[in-house]
Order: sequence, then C-alpha cells, then structure tokens
Amino acid sequence: MRYDATLKVNGRAYPVAIEPGRNLLSVLRSEVGLTGAKEGCDDSECGACMVLLDGQPVNSCSYLALQADGREIVTIEGLAGEDGDLHPLQQAFLDQGGVQCGFCTPGMLISAKALLDRNPSPDEDEIRLALSGNLCRCTGYSGIVRAVQAVAEQR
Amino acid sequence: MATIENLPSPSAERPIGFGRLKRKEDARFIRGQGTYLDDIRLPGMVHGAILRSPYAHARVVSIDTSRALAHPNVAAVVTAKDLETLGLAWMPTISYDTQAVLAGDKVRFQGQEVAFVIATDEYSANDALQLIDVEYEPLPAIVNARKALDPDAPLIRDDKAGQHDNLASPTWEAGDEEATNRAFAEADTVVSRDIIYPRCHPAPLETCGIIADFNPQTGQLNIWNGNQAPHAHRTVYAHVAGLAEHMIRIRCSDIGGGFGNKVPVYPGYVCAIAGSIVAGVPVKWIENRTENLVSTGFARDYVMRAEMCSKDGKITGLRVDVIADHGAFDSTAQPTKFPAGFFHIVCGSYDLQASHVKVKAVYTNKAPGGVAYRCSFRITEAVYLVERMVDALALKMKADPIDLRMRSFIAPGQFPYETTTGWTYDSGNYAETMKVAMDIAGYDDLRREQREKRERGELMGIGVAFFTEGVGAGPRKHMDILGLAMNDGADLRVHPSGKAVVSISAQTQGQGHETTFAQIVAEELGIPPEDIEVRQGDTDKSPYGLGTYGSRSTPVSGAAVAVVSRKVRDKARLIAATMLETRPEDLAWEKGRWYVKGDPEKGAMIEDIAVRAYGGEPMPEGMEGGLDAQVIYDPPNLTYPYGAYIAVVDVDPDTAQVTVRRFIAVDDCGVRINPMIVDGQIHGGLAEGIGIALMELLSFDAEGNCLNSSFMDYLIPTALECPDFELGETVTPCPHHPLGAKGVGESPNVGSPPAIVNAVIDALYETHGVDHIDMPCTPARVWAAMQGRPEPPQ
Repeated sequence: MRYDATLKVNGRAYPVAIEPGRNLLSVLRSEVGLTGAKEGCDDSECGACMVLLDGQPVNSCSYLALQADGREIVTIEGLAGEDGDLHPLQQAFLDQGGVQCGFCTPGMLISAKALLDRNPSPDEDEIRLALSGNLCRCTGYSGIVRAVQAVAEQR
Repeated sequence: MATIENLPSPSAERPIGFGRLKRKEDARFIRGQGTYLDDIRLPGMVHGAILRSPYAHARVVSIDTSRALAHPNVAAVVTAKDLETLGLAWMPTISYDTQAVLAGDKVRFQGQEVAFVIATDEYSANDALQLIDVEYEPLPAIVNARKALDPDAPLIRDDKAGQHDNLASPTWEAGDEEATNRAFAEADTVVSRDIIYPRCHPAPLETCGIIADFNPQTGQLNIWNGNQAPHAHRTVYAHVAGLAEHMIRIRCSDIGGGFGNKVPVYPGYVCAIAGSIVAGVPVKWIENRTENLVSTGFARDYVMRAEMCSKDGKITGLRVDVIADHGAFDSTAQPTKFPAGFFHIVCGSYDLQASHVKVKAVYTNKAPGGVAYRCSFRITEAVYLVERMVDALALKMKADPIDLRMRSFIAPGQFPYETTTGWTYDSGNYAETMKVAMDIAGYDDLRREQREKRERGELMGIGVAFFTEGVGAGPRKHMDILGLAMNDGADLRVHPSGKAVVSISAQTQGQGHETTFAQIVAEELGIPPEDIEVRQGDTDKSPYGLGTYGSRSTPVSGAAVAVVSRKVRDKARLIAATMLETRPEDLAWEKGRWYVKGDPEKGAMIEDIAVRAYGGEPMPEGMEGGLDAQVIYDPPNLTYPYGAYIAVVDVDPDTAQVTVRRFIAVDDCGVRINPMIVDGQIHGGLAEGIGIALMELLSFDAEGNCLNSSFMDYLIPTALECPDFELGETVTPCPHHPLGAKGVGESPNVGSPPAIVNAVIDALYETHGVDHIDMPCTPARVWAAMQGRPEPPQ
C-alpha cells in the first residue's frame, strides 16, 4: 500500500507515492533523485545521510519519509545559492582541506550549517560537539573544524 | 606563437607544479555531486542480498529456498550448488588460498555467505533472506589463535586436501638466529613482552559493493565497483569467470574511502557477476555496515612475543615470534614472496647488531583477511611492536625513551642502510626529525608539567614513537601479487591545444589523485594543473598497474607520471629544435618552454610545440607526429618515509578514560607535492591511529560471535576524540624516486598507536606500576591495568 505525500526539498515540492516503511533517505535518493545524502550505516551512527528538517539536522536513514510530508527539507544540493554561489561553508571546506573522499561531506556540511544557524560564533569545543554525530574516516576532522571556525570568524 | 610573457604565472594560490593547490575534485564533493557506487542506477537493474551464517562453525545440513522463490519480487536465489555447476563455488584469494563464494557443506565464520537473493528492489531482496530455511549442525569454534594448533582443535579447512591442522602457512623467518642469540648473550639488559595487535577494521564510510552488467549479446561484462586495484581485479575475474580480459571493463567512479578494505575480491562480487551472467540484466549488490564489519577484510590480529636487548646504553638485538590469525580463509594482502608481508621491517629505525623474526599463520573461525588497514603489508604491526619494545627497554634501563632512541638510531652517514632483516633503507636523518618533534612538543616542559601533575594526583603521559616505513611496493624482481608485477603505468597525451590527459593505474579513494598527479605533470611540463585531466579507475581508459594501497600511489604511480612527463619533454625538445632551427643539445628547459642557450628570448612553449606536433609542418627526421608517451614504472627499491610522533595523554584517575590532549607528528616523506594534501593524509591517519589505540576492536565470544557489528560497538573516533593535530616536517629526498618523494598516506596510522599506548603506560607506570597494556586502551581495560589485573583483548 502506497501513500501520497509531498516532500518539500530545497524549496521545491515533490509529490511522491511511497510505502509507509520507506525511510526519508531512500526516497530522497530514489524518487526525488537527489543522491547527495549518503548511506554509511543505515543506523543513525555515521551522519552521512544528514538533512535539515524544518531547520533541524536529522539522520534521514532513520526517519520515515511519510513523517516529512509537508515539512521543509534541505539537502546538500540546496546549500548553494540559486545562482550556484557556494555557501560560505562549502567554500571553507574547499579552502581548509575539509574534504577527502567526499562521502561524509554532504552530511558534515549539513550539520555545520545547522550549528551556525543556531550559534553563529561557536568555539572549537562547540564545533566538535556539534559534528560528533558525523563520522569521517579520512580527514581527522582538522580541516573540517578549521573550515567551520573560518566561517564563524567571518560572521 | 606564444611569447615568454605568456608563460603562466604561478602563485602560492595557483602553483604550476608543487604547492598547496586546492583539490580539483572538491568542487563536486562539496556540492554532493560525487558519483559513488550506490548513486549509479542502470536500466533494468535488479538487486542482490546475501544470507549469512549465524554460526562461526557449523555443518550445513540443508538449504530450502522455496519460500524465498515464492516471493513475488524475487527473481532467483543462488546457493553453492548453483555455483558449482558454473565452476564458481570457490574463488582464489590474493594469498593463493581458496575461499568459498557461498558455503557448501560447512560454514567457517559468523557472517559467511550462504545464499544470494536477486530481487527487483533491495527491500524485497532483504525480505526474502528471511524466507530461506537453512538447517545447521553447530561445531566447536576456534577464535583464539594460540589454541588453533592444539591437538584437539577442530579442523577448520577440511575442504583442503592434505590439511590436517589449522596451520595456514608454515613458519617464515627473517634475520640471523645465531647472531641474535650472540647479541642477547652479550647484552647487559633484556626485556620481553607478549604483545597483541588486536583485530580491527578499516571501516571506510562507504561500504563495499558492485554493479555487474553482463550483455549476453556481446559477451561484454561491465562492472562498476569501488576498489583499490581495478586492473588486478579484472585479471582475477577473467580467471574466475573464464572471460577474456578485454571483454571485462571495470569502472570505479568516486570511492568513499578504502584503507585496504577495498583491495580484495569479495564473494558478493562474484555472486553479482554470476547473477548477471545468468539473468542477463544488471545486478547491484551493496553490503550494509554490519556485513562490512563482520565479513570483509579485517586488519592486524597478530599475537606477538618479543625480546629486545641493549648493551652499553644502545639497543642491540631483537627476537620476535608471531602467530598471525588469518581467519577461515587466508586472504591476507601481501606480495607473494613475503608471507608475513613486510613485518620483518620490525628492527625499526635502529642500528641493531642482530635480529631474528619468526611468523606462522593459523586458521580460525573468524572472517578472512587480513588486509593492510592504511598499512604497507604488516608494517603497522612491526612498528607497533618495536616501538613498544623500545619503551619497555627504556623503562628497565631507567632511561628517557627519547635518549635511548637517539643513542640507537641509524646515523645519517650509514644510508643506504641494510637492516639485519634485509631491507635497504634509502635515506634519513632520524635525530634531526626527532629534535623537531621535541621542539614543537616542548618536551622538557612537558616532563616538568608531568611531574607537577603527579604531585597533584593527576595522571599525564608523554609517549614517543619513531617509525620507518617501507612503501611503494615494489621492484618486480622481488615483488608480485598473484604473479602480477607490482608496477604501475602512465599514459600522457598533450593535445594540440596544449592541454593534457594523463591516465594512471592507481585509483583514488579520497587521496586527491586528480590534483596531485596533475601537479606532477604541471611541475614537469609547465602546463597549468587545471589544464591537465587525470584519468583513473576505468580499465578501458588507463594503463595496467596494481593500484593504490601500501602508500604506492606517489612512490610508484607518481614516479610513472614524472617519467612519462619527462619522455614527453624529451620529445618536445626534438620538435622545438626543428622549430627553432637549432640542435637539441643547444636547448635548455625552463618550466613550460625550451629555449636557446645563450639566447633565452628565443624559445618554444610547450603549447606551441604541441601545435607543431599535430600540425602540417615537418617533424624531426624519422619522428612520428603527436606529443604523447607511455611508461610502465618498475621501482628500483621501496621508499622509506619516517617520522617522530609525540602523544600527550591525560588519564582520568576515577574513570580511566584516556584523552589525547596533544599529538605532535613530524613526518619526513621526502619531497611534498601538495603539502595541503599531505597534511590531510597525516590528519586522517592520526585519527585512525587514535581509534586503534583507544577504541577500535573486532572481538569475539567463545562461540565465535562477532561482538562489534555496528558503529555502536565498533567505535571509530569522532571530532571529540581528536585533538587539533600539530604537524611538522623535515625533507630528506628519496634518492631513487624521480621526484624525491617517498609516500605518506599510511605513516600516521603506523606511527600513532605506539605513541599513544606508550603515553598511557608513561602516565601509569610510576603511580600504578603498569608496564604493559594491550590495545584498545578503553576505560575498562585501563582501569583493570591500574588495579593490577590486565586483560587480553579477547
């Protein structure tokens, strides 16, 4: 049995018909066609699937898609401006060496944005705590933390 | 024609050649536009899922697939019986052993592959796994390597003719036993330790998977698969599936980390290929996190006994006896002639009188491996052992651990230095690098702070490790994998526009090959890196070579790219001589152009030479048109990067929680092509080292149940466990590498665990008498050690 829902992703409405057991991540990736959010664990442990739901970061692998019906979803694809201008965090990740394999990057950027949206000038401990739900196996977090610091300092 | 004024102007932001160039690949990654395996969808694609054994050791009495086949979305259920008819029930491992693709009469580890379901979607495929009825008859399991050779141990590999015990490989030795006995007889101090390097897992954030697409009309097999060695994989598939190599094409696209885990061929890959050949449609199989942790290539699992001795204040001898746990099938990654990998580099950075190393391997009812987790074939185990032993010796001698190392280092004048186990180290100035680390750390101040803290009852430790790695395997006269020489190729084509494409056989998993290899061409030819495309990971579009692991990329593939660039430059010189109506020997090179010696204004830029090479005007006598070249690079030796690491830890006296407060890493990896990428490699490896030292462990209960099957139990460090790493560098070029580079990716993972464990012991020895602890230094284990009840890892 499929249910109709409307997912509002990055400011655009996507009507979908989905089974109740489907998680938000799989629907974003399959039906909506936005593959930026990744599955690293399917268990809310790695953060690679992080999206913003009404401004709050959630692990979309562990969130039922139907629960997101009508709510505002932001994925990595919605971070840059409509004209393609990078979000300051994206530019800072590039400048500070915050990216290696790129698999954790979408979720990491989403968590960093959520942090700066609620606390524009976090200290290093607050940044590390806010990113502690996002695992990265490549960077040792140094470039990532410095990127968030750099954006916070610009503000 | 371009003029000298038009030479591209380099800057720190935009180097034409070596420097802190921002990574070319990041533009897509920061937008979420990387293309990883699961982002690829092919028309008509179906999905695979694997039923795995709940038992570590059991007879398979029966498998009934009828209920699963009745599922409306299930197309097929494959078992060992089906694979037998295709000759695919068993596959070769990279260590000349065999591994069951799907279990036939017996399962030999928990998580072993038993059946492969193909369905229209991944939900249905996974639902159908529950509908397969397997009857098992459990057998006693062996999970402890020390008990694997007991006379009453159950025989694990009864499939192998002539196998009567659980020995996976006979004892392998290096060094000189008699000379070592003499060194110990003459020594004034001797220490011994039982040291375990426990089983851990590379756990890349993207798990393993494959899309296999066999076209029955053409006989072409297309494979998408994130792996570290696409050409070697293709050769294995050609042998296993009986297809010609040119009918197989592997494409890797973007890979979400590898760290050794994506070197082997896994049963799921063979199942997907077999499924696509039989069904004639694309089959995608992607493992979940639990499958990744419990069944794919683990690392380490070395049970080691070591003795080290000194005379007159200097380390003189080392004796090591190892049992290697390879799990149920021996699929360790190492060159053929080195059954214990490069473990015999265990004499480290020290000018020893003698050493002797023995390694034997056993089968256990655990997942097969072990792969080199960010490691050049067991060097991580070797460095951990020797650096722990040096600290143990320093404790007994009541010597400062840095002083003992300084007294025992190989001196700069001794290079090239032949170790007592047969390695020829290329270059080094170890004491200088150690001093840089001490300066950054403020070593004397740290010792003072430690004394003050002890008086207040606080537990602070300072740990040191000095490693020498051998990376960039390797010379074809010594090294091969499955008979394939460990060489790498590079093809370089400069187009008429002056822009270039370089194709390489290495394969990035996040290391930044698109940037680094473009910078090498830029350095050699003066073409801006943004005008150089790096092609990799497509077996139809890249030269043959063995791929990226063992820090091979820069030492082997990077050398190939430098050499091929120089071949192009040499050809360009001959063309330039024709253009400038002079002799080639009258020309000199500056980055980007050949010019006439004595008349530097008169020259030809590489882009103009390219135009000429493809144009209608005459070429030099006898020369073919075009501006391109290719090479297969055979390294004359490994390269030997090294480094001095200092860890500062705090141990909570009440909870035994270890916090890495500071970590100082001074690496000498020779010439650095992109220092930003090098720093990033070091940061990442240090984080993994913190994980291994403090958190990461694959453990098993007595029945062989794996106790760490998710990131809730297999802990990898978050941003909270990692300090802001403090890096330094010295530069000692590699004398035989065309760029003087040595490779760096694995160094931090190799060097950091012993530094951290040495720091933990340093924090606890004086106050609690702790002179040994095995990794990971979890609060429970450290607490037990503080109470005088040290526990082994399993």
